[in-house]
Amino acid sequence: MNSPAATSGRMIETRHVAKNFGQTFALRDASLCVAQGEILAVMGPSGSGKSTLLHCMAGIYTPDQGEVLFDGQLLNTMTEADRTKLRRTAFGFVFQFGQLVPELTAADNVALPLLLNRTKRKVAYKTADTWLDRLGIGDKGARRTGELSGGEAQRVAVARALALAPKVIFADEPTGSLDTLTGEKAMDLMTGLAREQGTTVVIVTHDARVAAYADRVVMVRDGLLTPADLPSSPAGGPYGTSAPATASATAAAKGMN
Amino acid sequence: MSVPLTLLGLLEREPSHGYDLKRDYDALFGRGKQLPFGQVYATLGRLARDGQVAAGSAEPGDGPDRKRYAITETGRHVVDTWLAEPVEPEPHLQTVLFAKVTLALMLGKPAAAYLDTQRAAHIRRMQELTEIKRTGPLVDTLLADHALFHLEADLRWIDLTSARLADLAEAVKTR
Repeated sequence: MNSPAATSGRMIETRHVAKNFGQTFALRDASLCVAQGEILAVMGPSGSGKSTLLHCMAGIYTPDQGEVLFDGQLLNTMTEADRTKLRRTAFGFVFQFGQLVPELTAADNVALPLLLNRTKRKVAYKTADTWLDRLGIGDKGARRTGELSGGEAQRVAVARALALAPKVIFADEPTGSLDTLTGEKAMDLMTGLAREQGTTVVIVTHDARVAAYADRVVMVRDGLLTPADLPSSPAGGPYGTSAPATASATAAAKGMN
Repeated sequence: MSVPLTLLGLLEREPSHGYDLKRDYDALFGRGKQLPFGQVYATLGRLARDGQVAAGSAEPGDGPDRKRYAITETGRHVVDTWLAEPVEPEPHLQTVLFAKVTLALMLGKPAAAYLDTQRAAHIRRMQELTEIKRTGPLVDTLLADHALFHLEADLRWIDLTSARLADLAEAVKTR
């Protein structure tokens, strides 16, 4: 069932995932497929469970029920060491705050994950420079990130995520701390470059304008997942996308009405 | 604001005289602006011509029109289609969306599902506008930005209204 052929094109899949925190149901019966190269936005108000979904997809949280698959591999049964390795090599992360080391330079910050993955120092810094350049901050490489503006720092974070050549980028409120124009530029760069690289992106946001950069939008409300946009083609069915894999939040969606 | 469809929706509750319809319309949807009697009777005449309402025989009395109007099957179908179909996502929709949600709750129809459909249409339009921003000249970007901010405002209203549906249903039913 989990043979590579059966999962071809499916980068991340959750099957009936549930996660509780004490008595609180953060996420219920979340089933979703993200195709390779797809840019998916997960929208919802604060406290809706959208970040919990992202953390489950990225193997940061272990679901209480259900399964999470990355490229056909079951995350649930992996050892913590294997999951950590996966997060370090296959996943890139862009968060709202506090992800860069402020005392280090922009180039250091981008090179750091590469160095941790045993990339040669020279190669790591060359890659870092290339990505800082692509994000339009090639001249900021020697600056400490603590001295950069919010928009510049967020571009460093995007450069750091992309420099790893990850399979998937997980972005949690990536523009949350930025003004509208700076945030839009960061989104435009991140989604544009990810499309170029064929990188899958999962963006969690409460902001519809940010979500509109995605190929597909789903919503989480009170821990339940529903598709939030119209199918892109009539043949796609109620949860269709142009991509081979589709979201199947059928049970959850029916529960909403 | 679609007066004919809203009057038709009100008629789905129960057959009514033109006067009662006007009174309910003014109270629920008028927002301080009264619907002229002439417009009510002209609208009902057109709806009858199109087979969406049926006029009963005139009753004795003084009024300009003592007919009772009842919605037909065709009329019910028209109301259902109108409520379920998303409105073309463009700015300044509040009166149409407000009328649709209020009528849906009044008639016991799935208002939450209608709002979900509307949200989907809005998000799709926002994706299209974002694509224009990504690929078009700056002048187009400015226009797209304006539309995006207004659609975003609609979306926030849709989300808040979705969250308030249970209370709204109570408020509408007790009128």
